[in-house]
Amino acid sequence: MSEHEQFDENLTLFALGSLTGDELTVLEKHLEECAACRRELERLRGDMALMAMSVGGPKPPARARQRLLDAIAREPHRTSLSTRHAWWALAPWYAAAALALLAGWFWRQSDQLSQRVARLESQSAEQQAQLQEAREVVATLTAADALVVPVRAPNTPPQPQGKAIYVRDKARLIFVASNMPALPPQKAYELWLIPVQGAPISAGVFKPDARGSAIVIHPPLPAGVEAKAFAITVEPEAGSSSPTMPIVMMGAGG
Amino acid sequence: MATLYDRYSPIVYSVALRVLGDTGAAEDVLQEVFMQLWRNPGGFDSSRGNLAAWLAVISRNRAIDAIRKRRPDTDIDDVIVSVEPDLAGDAERARAMEKVRGALGAMPSAQRSALEMAYFEGLTHTEIAAKTGEPLGTIKTRIRAGLLALRKAFNP
Repeated sequence: MSEHEQFDENLTLFALGSLTGDELTVLEKHLEECAACRRELERLRGDMALMAMSVGGPKPPARARQRLLDAIAREPHRTSLSTRHAWWALAPWYAAAALALLAGWFWRQSDQLSQRVARLESQSAEQQAQLQEAREVVATLTAADALVVPVRAPNTPPQPQGKAIYVRDKARLIFVASNMPALPPQKAYELWLIPVQGAPISAGVFKPDARGSAIVIHPPLPAGVEAKAFAITVEPEAGSSSPTMPIVMMGAGG
Repeated sequence: MATLYDRYSPIVYSVALRVLGDTGAAEDVLQEVFMQLWRNPGGFDSSRGNLAAWLAVISRNRAIDAIRKRRPDTDIDDVIVSVEPDLAGDAERARAMEKVRGALGAMPSAQRSALEMAYFEGLTHTEIAAKTGEPLGTIKTRIRAGLLALRKAFNP
């Protein structure tokens, strides 16, 4: 069954060579544009080949073989040999014929491979460009010499602030923080994903730089966890398996 | 070419003979099909289907052209044949013959008859409808269903 059922019966008749008139014109035009129907036509021809397999019968007479080989030897675009050569004298021509066949097949396959390589190269170039862009975004976010300017209402003292960007289905999280207070020795901040159900999940340990800025990119997380909130605690540098109170910063999701 | 001939000439010849019913005319088709292959080996796309299937289809089409006394109207470059079973060896073809005959035998006789008239006699659907007195749509459906039943015999 092809994608275009309205053409199914006419495709069959076309394969059998019995479609004529307007129906033939319409179908030929459609086939130029429709790969699915071309594929169905190829399959229908395969079915026709199967039908041919139902036929048994006598082998062709020996004279038919000689007639063919003589005709091949007489082909005008090749240097002609006189006919009625002994079988062995024609051997180079059979070899040439076999080579020509092989060359034809290889040429087809090589052409298809070339097209495939060209497609892959094009995809690869596109992916490289996307990767480069992603790297530049990350480099900007994490550059040591980046100018990080918190923008806030005038006359308010700088407050610790963070932003968690979380894509649940892909388990992707980026967390950016600024104005984080300096930590006691051997301590670090730990980011927690607080799920709707279950215990808090660690989303990485970080230490802010001298200006109080920090960024956590793609910490390992289980996929599909719905986040109720994100929280930050102060923990030993190696991190903890559960948050140590108090929570120093917190934001609810959704 | 001699090797290919020895391997595949029985299929080409038997299909042509079944269609034409005349050994001389079947030999002419056999000659023509192999000359086409010799002159234009690129016409057969080895990545899509196998040579036995392709030769069988070309032979059937050329034989039908011959009984209809028309010039071959299909360039062999255009004929791509996609078929599931490998038909390269004698054993594979013998198995395929058994399956196809089984599928034909299992068809309703009206369906088999419509398919055979279209395939081996080269009758158009209009001619079959006139001959059998059945509606044109019924004939079209029977021919298609018949061919698909053969496909299904190899992909149950």
